[in-house]
Amino acid sequence: MTENQGAWAVEASGLGRRYGRRWALAEVSLSVRRAARLLVTGRNGSGKSTLLRVLATAARADRGSARVAGYDIRAERTEVRRRIALLDHHSFLYEALSARENLKVAAGFLGPGAEARVPDLLGRVGLAGRADDPVSSFSAGMRKRLALARALLQPAEVYLLDEPYGELDPPGFRLLEAALDELTARGATVLLASHLLERGRERCDEAIVLEEGRLAWQGPAAELREPGAAP
Amino acid sequence: MKDDRLPYSLLGLGVALLLWGSYWGLFRAPAEAYMGDVQRIMYVHVPTAWNAMLALTFAFACALLSLLRGQAVWDARLEGALEVGVTLSALLCMQGAIWAKPTWGVWWDWDPRLTTTAVLVFAFGAILALRQFVDDPVKRATWAAVAVIIAYVDVPIVYFSVKWWNSLHQAQSTPETVSRAFHWPLRINAFGMLFLMSGLISLRARLALLRHEDETAPPLPEPALRTAGAARGAR
Amino acid sequence: MSALAAALRKDLLLQWRTRAQVVAVFAFGAAALLLFSFAVGPDAGVLREHAAGFLWLGLLLSSTLTLAESFHAEAEHRALEGLLLLPASARALYYAKALANTLALAALGAGLVPVMVVLYDAATPRVPALLGIILLGSAGLSAPGTLYAAMTSQARARQTLLPLLLFPLVVPVLLAAVKATALLIHGDPMEQLRSWTLLLVCFDVIHWSLCGLLFERVVED
Repeated sequence: MTENQGAWAVEASGLGRRYGRRWALAEVSLSVRRAARLLVTGRNGSGKSTLLRVLATAARADRGSARVAGYDIRAERTEVRRRIALLDHHSFLYEALSARENLKVAAGFLGPGAEARVPDLLGRVGLAGRADDPVSSFSAGMRKRLALARALLQPAEVYLLDEPYGELDPPGFRLLEAALDELTARGATVLLASHLLERGRERCDEAIVLEEGRLAWQGPAAELREPGAAP
Repeated sequence: MKDDRLPYSLLGLGVALLLWGSYWGLFRAPAEAYMGDVQRIMYVHVPTAWNAMLALTFAFACALLSLLRGQAVWDARLEGALEVGVTLSALLCMQGAIWAKPTWGVWWDWDPRLTTTAVLVFAFGAILALRQFVDDPVKRATWAAVAVIIAYVDVPIVYFSVKWWNSLHQAQSTPETVSRAFHWPLRINAFGMLFLMSGLISLRARLALLRHEDETAPPLPEPALRTAGAARGAR
Repeated sequence: MSALAAALRKDLLLQWRTRAQVVAVFAFGAAALLLFSFAVGPDAGVLREHAAGFLWLGLLLSSTLTLAESFHAEAEHRALEGLLLLPASARALYYAKALANTLALAALGAGLVPVMVVLYDAATPRVPALLGIILLGSAGLSAPGTLYAAMTSQARARQTLLPLLLFPLVVPVLLAAVKATALLIHGDPMEQLRSWTLLLVCFDVIHWSLCGLLFERVVED
């Protein structure tokens, strides 16, 4: 199997997605180089989540096209999914199952060896002590940690993380950032949607600002300003 | 509008043929020897049956095309065909009841074909209901198409199961085949209904398509953007 | 392990974890059977004659609860979507869920048999055959039921839509299963059981194939 190795992890052109009459995403074009970290920021409802979901093939694109990890999001959806991991607002968790069981369920679809990584991941996100408790007993922060573990379980080239800092406490921030460092060291590309500008600016190379579904600004993360300030 | 001429012509032609065929069947054709005047319902009942099945078959074809091609026009036609098909099927059941009462003394006699039609009214009517509760046009089209395919494939199974279920009790009891003298009014009505139906489906589909275009308007033109280099990639 | 095995393990585990609900659904089914006797009257002969019908009506009504519930866990935090993104084959997810639902409904049906025996004085010596019919009928309810449960878990007015869409489709299952069960209870002098069983098998084969094919279109955005 030949890998579609190119310089770009994500190439999007004119992406659009409609919910009812509202275009949550409209004519978004961007390119993200491999092993880069892109900060996706903007106000609530600006389309950050929609962009990540469309690139992850979780949501369809009504307009435009994109290639993620070298594969087309419409025509080669399964190939894209093999190479991405999405951390979404929805945790993808089963309330009735324990943390360990949730990860094992996901691991069952990821091929041999995935299940062996479960205990280690549980330890890394600080849930080893609660591994066998049902998710229904977890706080919001613990669910986020588990969802993060689930995303890290997947051996992906592109990680799309939607508000990963949300609900995490300061120790949680540290473990998230340690994980991000490891991902980048591995050569993985990270798209991180967050409205924590300070942290995002420090930790990412490039940034885009979305405004009402459109690309309002694009550039190095260091040059990112608070909304309303002059560029 | 030039576009509307064909469907409206079909409607007009259909109504005209139905009036002619019904007049002939109701007033001119000789009464059937055994059943008398009651049998005249057959001039309406048989055309309704043919066209109901035709409408639902067309709906099935539209469903397949909608799933395979994804174009909104097939979903619009599906909507039209479903509404007309369900209406005709409901009419069919009513006609069956009107015929059954004077003939058998009961409104419903569990004839396999009519009973299957009643199930169809519910099955395809439910799909019309489903469409009301799905907001996303793409999902609505996909789900309706899937549901129509499943329901249509189910039709022969329902028919055979009802036929076997009822076979111990009585034989076919709808107005059946008729002698030659009765064919012409039947054919005229059948074509009349066909044209009427085609015109209605066409107009209904057009309405659905217009609604769809309204729902799925493309994004408005871009406002001015501020970029620090428009197409720069990550470094 | 294969995707189907992984999905089946997941679904059986979920069912085991939520087994308290099974008791509740069984209570609902048993209550339905009781209500049917009240509706018809305490004539033992009439009750016995229609026992098969009551059993399957009770199971059909209970199935809407079981089927809807089977996708509640999947929709709550979009777990099903999460699996599809791994990627997991939609077809494997469907067959595993439909299989798990079949087992749940068959267990429910088998559980309602003693209720039927007690309330309607309707028993049969041919227990394996009866269980076989219950299994085939459950499979018939489960195939389109799982697909429509997935669909309606994402739509509005989901509680009304599921039975509305499902019930007309499964008329053949109802007819065949009731007839077959009645033959087992009252005797089968003309050897008709085979035909009704065949009808059930045909329905199952057609719908398990068709719904498995179409499931992906239902759950993908």
